[in-house]
Amino acid sequence: MTRPEDVLVQRLGEAVVEQVRFRDDLTLIVPREHMLRALEIAGSTGFRLLTDLTAVDRHPAQPRFDVIYVLTSVEQHARIRFMVHLAADQTMPSATSLWPGANWLEREVFDLFGIRFDGHPDLRRILMPDDWEGHPLRKDYPLVEEPVEFKGHTPKVPSEIIPKSKPKLL
Amino acid sequence: MAVTGPPERGPSTTLGAGTIVSRAGSPTEATEADLRALESNILTTTVGRVVSWARKNSLWPAQFGLACCAIEMIATAQARFDIARFGSEAFRASPRQADLMIVSGRVSQKMAPVVKHIYEQMLEPKWVIAMGDCASCGGVFNNYALVQGVDKLIPVDVYVAGCPPRPEALLYGFLKLQELIAEPTHRRRR
Amino acid sequence: MGPQHPATHGVLRLVLELEGEVILNLEPVIGYLHTGFEKEMETRTYHQNIVFPPRIEYLATFIEEQAYVLAVEKLLGITAPKRAEVIRLILAELSRIASHLVYLGTAAIDLNVTSLLMYCFRDREEILDIFEMVSGQRMMHGYFRIGGLQWDLPQGFAERVQRFLDDFPRRLDEYETLLTDNLIWRKRTEGVAVLSAEDAIRYGCTGPVLRGSGVSYDVRKAFPYGGYADYEFDVPVGSNGDAFDRYRVRMDEMRQSRRIILQALRGLPEGPILVDDRKVALPPRRELVRSMEAVIHQFKLVSEGIHPPAGEVYASVESPRGEKGYYIVSDGSNRPVRVRVRSASFNNLQALPVMLRRGTVADVVVAIASIDIVLGDVDR
Repeated sequence: MTRPEDVLVQRLGEAVVEQVRFRDDLTLIVPREHMLRALEIAGSTGFRLLTDLTAVDRHPAQPRFDVIYVLTSVEQHARIRFMVHLAADQTMPSATSLWPGANWLEREVFDLFGIRFDGHPDLRRILMPDDWEGHPLRKDYPLVEEPVEFKGHTPKVPSEIIPKSKPKLL
Repeated sequence: MAVTGPPERGPSTTLGAGTIVSRAGSPTEATEADLRALESNILTTTVGRVVSWARKNSLWPAQFGLACCAIEMIATAQARFDIARFGSEAFRASPRQADLMIVSGRVSQKMAPVVKHIYEQMLEPKWVIAMGDCASCGGVFNNYALVQGVDKLIPVDVYVAGCPPRPEALLYGFLKLQELIAEPTHRRRR
Repeated sequence: MGPQHPATHGVLRLVLELEGEVILNLEPVIGYLHTGFEKEMETRTYHQNIVFPPRIEYLATFIEEQAYVLAVEKLLGITAPKRAEVIRLILAELSRIASHLVYLGTAAIDLNVTSLLMYCFRDREEILDIFEMVSGQRMMHGYFRIGGLQWDLPQGFAERVQRFLDDFPRRLDEYETLLTDNLIWRKRTEGVAVLSAEDAIRYGCTGPVLRGSGVSYDVRKAFPYGGYADYEFDVPVGSNGDAFDRYRVRMDEMRQSRRIILQALRGLPEGPILVDDRKVALPPRRELVRSMEAVIHQFKLVSEGIHPPAGEVYASVESPRGEKGYYIVSDGSNRPVRVRVRSASFNNLQALPVMLRRGTVADVVVAIASIDIVLGDVDR
């Protein structure tokens, strides 16, 4: 019995640029132009629940953003992940035409990353105050930590106590 | 005749403890202790003490639960820890009817003007307990999204530490606030 | 309906457009509790990050911790030993019961059944006593570790849990008598805040909101994790998608949780509670005296932390509100590149305007209570 993910990969055909299998998760990397079509096909293959829509900032690597879509099939108990590599100045097509639930998810991505979605009915900030400047989850946005005030001594801020180590690539 | 030392304290009379008795005919210097003793005899301060007693035993908090500490605040109001036995029978929904604001939880940048607005809507006399680490100093979260301590917005009377503070800790802070209120009026922060 | 309101279950703001009592348009405004968890978690090691999840969804604290720890373990490719898994499961199900009790109490008090809040919190206090016994903290535990648990269970844990569960069905029956056949409760919740199955899926709702509308999707059955596949339990499903069905679903879920815990307690295995991998979990203390490698591992783990391989995983659990997922991106260093918290309440709250189409103001209170949101989960 073919797994629903494999059926989907077959139906998507050339839209999928790369398949990544890591720890039982299947991620399909799709170029930006084919994304909406791929989502539509996935929706009709049984992956009807849009579980998550988010982004990752890879700064300073290029292309800067990865936009992630996680879809679930409630009947067949399967999950699929789409990833789109997006440059900093590009916009994404909005998925609200397929799932009204993508509305707030895309607003959150816009609020925290600054990625605009074309065709979104109401793209504005959702978590930060309306007049906030900057997109907090970007890598070049600082955490804005306030060190504790002591006399004659500035202690480390919490994020410096264990500094970031070099990546250990096995 | 010279006075060699401070005026000696006479025995207690019906007027109150520590009545000043000075040597006949000599000028005396009133000390801080004397002034205090004098105050306790004046009628208006006694009324002030009664009013403070009434206020501290019927503090009505405004419902101002923000985050996790709010759950512990609700638990403090429930059957096991029962804040009602200390007078807070009713948590008022409207800040205009409340005299205590227990800021329980983290105050985000978006919420800050709301906190200020609600504090200003409360009528004098009013007190504030900053419950939990986030309300006291920002807590675990030292970042762009939170106001590092609600005392950056409004004056706080009692800080209760903990993440979240146990209901017993909140009750202890509450009792400390009651002690603060019970002191004579002129020594209050305002 | 401003951020400070007794019936919004937290700092939620609703902008209502009314015509008399009828709602023409409803818009939830969120963000009043945005704490920057996701950014904060990017600046700490994986082990330091364990303190944050319970503060996100502060009503089901062990489930939240379990979600994060399972995601990191999936990234590492390890599983906790069996005993640790079963203990996590027991505590997670107790968390679920505690969370549903808060739902019951607050939903009831919103409709002025004031005594239920007292009863439910009394029962919740007993569960919190058990949590304190195990981890030292009533709410924000920090008891789970990547690869297992912080320490083993104290003596008397099983008897304490058993004692609580023995009395629990009688109490649940009492609460059901108060509500389920109560005419006022039924009139206020039946047919109110209706969400069709189609709408629920299109809005990405999960948990009792989705199951109340008739779709049987539970992460514990669909993508079994943490040992749930070994136990027998049913997933209650409603049919009408109204507030009453969601109430029934949550009441039945509490009974099913009790069923799971009893099975787990019976089959609680002996064994280690922390995985044996020295690159992930601290070595036991007595080894530090004998072995130099153990000291070095301890030093490295404490001063730097674990180094998962580069990659991305998504792992989810069934929280009392729905599917709680963690999407963790690692680049091989000791800090995550991205921690994304897929929160159930965020998606469920989006469906609120759909539920209240042509509803009345009085229904708003019922609807919000029936979705059972936690604003920390919505705003993160």
